[in-house]
Amino acid sequence: MSKNTTHSEPLIRLSKNDSVPMWKGWLIRIAAVVAAFIVCAFIIVSVTDLNPIEVYAAMIKGSFGSVRKFWILLQNIAMLLCIALAVTPAYKMKFWNIGAEGQVLMGGIATAACMIWFGDKMNPVLLIILMAVVSCVAGAIWGLIPAVFKANFNTNETLFTLMMNYVAMQIASYCVCFWENPKGSNSVGIINAQTQGGWLPTIGGQKYLLNILIVLFLTIFMYIYLKYSKHGYEISVVGESENTARYIGINVKKVILRTMALSGAMCGIAGLLLVSGTNHTISSETTGGRGFTAIMVSWLAKFNPFVMILTSFLIVFLDRGASEIATRFRLDESMADILTGIILFFIIASEFFINYKINFRSKKKKGVNE
Amino acid sequence: MENKTPAIELRGITKRFGSVVANSNVDLTLYHGEILSILGENGSGKTTLMNMISGIYFPDEGQIFVNGKEVSIRSPKDAFDLKIGMIHQHFKLIDVFSAAQNIVLGVKNKGKFDLKKETAAIREICDKFGFVIDLEKKIYEMSVSEKQTVEIVKVLYKGADILILDEPTAVLTPQEIKKLFAVIRTMRDHGKAIIIITHKLNEVMEISDRVAVLRKGEHIGTVVTSETSPAELTQMMVGKKVSLNIKRSDVTDGSDRLIVENLNCVDREGVSVISDFSFTARAGEILGIAGVAGSGQRELLEGIAGLQRLESGSITYIDPKTGNHENLRNKTPIQIRNLGVRLSFVPEDRLGMGLVGSMDIIDNVMLRSYSKGHSMFLKRKAPKDLAQQIISDLEVVTPSAETPVRRLSGGNVQKVLVGREISANPKVLMVAYPVRGLDINSSYMIYNLINEQKENGAAVIFVGEDLDVLLELSDRILVMCGGRVSGVVDARTTTKEEIGLMMTSLGGAKQ
Repeated sequence: MSKNTTHSEPLIRLSKNDSVPMWKGWLIRIAAVVAAFIVCAFIIVSVTDLNPIEVYAAMIKGSFGSVRKFWILLQNIAMLLCIALAVTPAYKMKFWNIGAEGQVLMGGIATAACMIWFGDKMNPVLLIILMAVVSCVAGAIWGLIPAVFKANFNTNETLFTLMMNYVAMQIASYCVCFWENPKGSNSVGIINAQTQGGWLPTIGGQKYLLNILIVLFLTIFMYIYLKYSKHGYEISVVGESENTARYIGINVKKVILRTMALSGAMCGIAGLLLVSGTNHTISSETTGGRGFTAIMVSWLAKFNPFVMILTSFLIVFLDRGASEIATRFRLDESMADILTGIILFFIIASEFFINYKINFRSKKKKGVNE
Repeated sequence: MENKTPAIELRGITKRFGSVVANSNVDLTLYHGEILSILGENGSGKTTLMNMISGIYFPDEGQIFVNGKEVSIRSPKDAFDLKIGMIHQHFKLIDVFSAAQNIVLGVKNKGKFDLKKETAAIREICDKFGFVIDLEKKIYEMSVSEKQTVEIVKVLYKGADILILDEPTAVLTPQEIKKLFAVIRTMRDHGKAIIIITHKLNEVMEISDRVAVLRKGEHIGTVVTSETSPAELTQMMVGKKVSLNIKRSDVTDGSDRLIVENLNCVDREGVSVISDFSFTARAGEILGIAGVAGSGQRELLEGIAGLQRLESGSITYIDPKTGNHENLRNKTPIQIRNLGVRLSFVPEDRLGMGLVGSMDIIDNVMLRSYSKGHSMFLKRKAPKDLAQQIISDLEVVTPSAETPVRRLSGGNVQKVLVGREISANPKVLMVAYPVRGLDINSSYMIYNLINEQKENGAAVIFVGEDLDVLLELSDRILVMCGGRVSGVVDARTTTKEEIGLMMTSLGGAKQ
């Protein structure tokens, strides 16, 4: 009838596939990682002429090469995981909190202030309790401010939380000037280096063990909170449909405020662990972008706290490996970033292949009029 | 008829979505100058089949012939080139444009664009087929039926010879349906081939020349309308004999349960959506509410349930045990519950309001009761038992109680929702369009459940769109028109025509 109607069946069609068995899903994910390493190998050979196997070996060494490196790996996983846990309730509620960076920093500043002002004047146990409370409150306030505006005026929380990050960073910079030590260094230096006042205690000679245990506890707490508590249930309902929440009489405002306070407070604890348990100093760079990376960790794990252990391991492993190969082979940092990027891209893309089925044009059925 | 070339012929059409077979080996023929009804329950594959003709889906197997020539329709544009036009259930019009502007939109003619010339051409089409429409009128000023007319004219203007109408009568009043049918008949007499998708039997009998029945994706058969009966069609549609009578027991109690007086409600734009609304719902009685869609039904029910702010008026609940009067206006759902008012509400938007789609049946059943008790933690034991009970009592088809309700079919979703709402032994039960999108068996199960609640002494408020059902099920019918009470009639003695008039003008019967 018309020239437009002589096409054959489209070459590729997508259809939703929502009944993939668990093992098949994981098979696809593993295949994606393998494929990513193969693609990376080609890029390594073509750009640097290095043996890709050696590069990968170096990546693994970067994380597992020595006991010290292994502890650093665990510590980094713990910190990233802690912030990922903190943002999870907010995201589960569909509150786009990209302000973890600032909330962690506020917790860190509050901790540093306690260490500097009371470090040598207070009972160490009381001091740590005080620091924990103050860092939680600081993080919670930073999380509550955008939540109040969201709940009452329906402001855009994404922009709001993002801007709060910059405010927090400016406050941190101001504090650095204020607490400068030694004068003119433009840094705070190690706080209470001699007395170790306000430092989290080391357990069994392991500097980071306490941090890791605290985060492990938080992981279990968050799992139970989201799955078995009434609060967690309300978060899911509000996140899925505010109309349903209103219909059954959930006070949506209250849930938004409560959840963001919790999310902020947990970010505050992350700040405490970073300042008092790890770095013993404060700067506007203390969080180091973890507040954003944590969002990816949380989403990749589909908000399951235990799966987050795995996803944060993956991200930290890639990051540690990337800096290892950068120094070992004197490669530019960007090369390492390219490899990390490719691997993450494949992993995220694999979710598409799990959720959708791809149908190619069947061979038997020839197109019409061909 | 046998010697004519069919306008459309389908041979062995199959379409699958994952493991679901939407259409299986369907054969169908449509001739010029006839009206073919496609009859089938929701989920029987009517719309999927039509979407393949109009280029939205592509069949997995089978052939489509248009005017005797095999074609491959890959996009709606291909369908238009073949002079196939579809009028969807949800209109695709631009609100701020006039009717004429909407009609010419997307048509590429050579030469300079001249709206006046085009308008004249449109008017010619309207006169030919008997459409009555003001082409200068903007879409946002139009009623649903006028919008539908614009959609039909648009398709004709683009030169369609084959028209597919998807559930065209769903939103119309009886009078508007009559007008629509007249126009459809004129189009047929001018040689157009017309397909009407519907699940209303009486309309099928009235308008169509032939009826094709689909069941579970399969073509059961095509019959000539004048040689069949509603009973036969139902049997083809459902696969077994179904009694089409809704039982209506007499009102036993009849004492006042909910008295609504002079309610006023203003929407966000400051437009009055409910004004001076008064009625009484009585115990052991079903009060049907009829009205053109969007006459304020949603606001009324949500207002009573505490979800919608009401400017003024009062809602008085009379407790059957104590005789206490409670005013429910502008109380939150929690406050209403804490007063001991057992009010259940099955909202129109099942997955958007009544249930949470991604949660399983147990968690959805728990929605109403989870907050009871002082524990921080959820108790899933009782909801789990209740979920199992709803599944077995209401014959919910589901792999397990742990299946997300989004995965269930429309009928099963509704059973979960209604099951939860009546499990609270309501004293007032409000249901909005409870059988929309449901198959016949599920619909009748819902009617029976509602009747049971009535016999248990609940005051039932039933907002419906199918007047035949309202007439059979209700005891009294309140007709709404533009947010006001147009009148209350006795369902046992009134007629569809009377209600239809009241739907379009206040107290219409007095005219």
